[in-house]
Amino acid sequence: MSVPVLPRGVRLHDDRVRNCKVLLGPERALILDETGTAILAAVDGRRSIDQIAADLAQRYSAPLEAVRPDVTNFLGDLAKRRLVDLV
Amino acid sequence: MSDIPAPIALLAELTHRCPLSCPYCSNPLEMVRGAQELPTEVWADVFAQAAALGVLQLHLSGGEPAARRDLPELVKAAREAGLYVNLITSGIGLTPARLDALEAAGLDHVQLSLQGVNAQSADKIGGYKGGFDRKMGLAGLIAERGLALTINAVMHRSNLDDLPRMIEMARELGARRIEIACVQFYGWALKNRAALQPTRAQVDEAKAIVASARADPAERLVIDFVPPDYYADYPKACMGGGWGSTGLNIAPDGTVLPCHAAQTMTHLQFPNVQTTPLREIWYGSAAFNAYRGDDWMAEPCRSCPRKAVDHGGCRCQALALTGDAAATDPVCRKSPDRAKVDALLAEGDAKGPADWAYRISPV
Repeated sequence: MSVPVLPRGVRLHDDRVRNCKVLLGPERALILDETGTAILAAVDGRRSIDQIAADLAQRYSAPLEAVRPDVTNFLGDLAKRRLVDLV
Repeated sequence: MSDIPAPIALLAELTHRCPLSCPYCSNPLEMVRGAQELPTEVWADVFAQAAALGVLQLHLSGGEPAARRDLPELVKAAREAGLYVNLITSGIGLTPARLDALEAAGLDHVQLSLQGVNAQSADKIGGYKGGFDRKMGLAGLIAERGLALTINAVMHRSNLDDLPRMIEMARELGARRIEIACVQFYGWALKNRAALQPTRAQVDEAKAIVASARADPAERLVIDFVPPDYYADYPKACMGGGWGSTGLNIAPDGTVLPCHAAQTMTHLQFPNVQTTPLREIWYGSAAFNAYRGDDWMAEPCRSCPRKAVDHGGCRCQALALTGDAAATDPVCRKSPDRAKVDALLAEGDAKGPADWAYRISPV
């Protein structure tokens, strides 16, 4: 039941020049695609990875088996880069 | 204009004044005096212009940026402009009260430089007695507040052997990230190259240490490593993505440069934010267009497939070592000037440790 949170020093930014969301952290600026934006918008410090996957599957009417690996891999990768903490 | 990307990062050298005297200082040999520094409101306007241009990350640097009394106001202005604010500091001059003010102003991240792993080594290279102890104190204050911290470890011949301890210290100090930057040879560092150039054995060992730390699944520290390029086969990419592609640098007096080392390019005229809008400088100035793309390249770069990777290498290094800013970076094995780099390396190995000249702070 790991819950993803954005640590201090990492935040989601609305880039009005490039018309996209960007994840900003120490010496990192990650330009997000739609999937990344949807996943990070769901990171609220309360929902677990599984809950986020279930919510996104429902919202986009997609099968959970297809959504869950995307969410897990994306957040797992960000956690390795310390742009997300799993608590 | 359409094929020129918007810049991502702005390095703002707020001042060249600094209590430390590191012999590899990245400031130019000719420094800007305190009286010529841009006032608060001009910097605030520059930050707004930068954000409108597409800049996402602002690095407040120096000299020592804490030497500016208006630092919290500058951080606040940058946050209001929508920028991610990173403070690159030696830590000297940051009291608990100032740190509180910076935190309240919205500072995102602190990058604290360490010159060595103990007071003896760090204070000698920084030329500032008591500096190491104050940095340790400051790191504690940063950790207490929970601010995001990167340890910036500048490595060279006399401290590269301490790398394992440096990484361990970054963990102990609560940093999430360490930037291990081997001294690159421009300006002050080039002047002191013989004293600072690590040996090949030191560099090989450092690479192995970094590789093993990164491979350790238990390692939580993000490790960024910049090896010294003289031993490389191919040059480092100019500014990551090429000249005038990703970032810009503004000197304390408002001079805008494509790179912090570019002031050596006396054949170019660098515009000033006090007289020219930043957008015009980025897209339209002769200085920013000088080495964009690859039309300026000669052989061996012109027909080389790596030109899309390294963009001909570092323009400032080409100028410093070959006298021609449009030449192939002489670090490249394909450069007709590679022998110049090899001669410098051989000279360093033959001479052994030398003394260095300290940087002198402007008033």
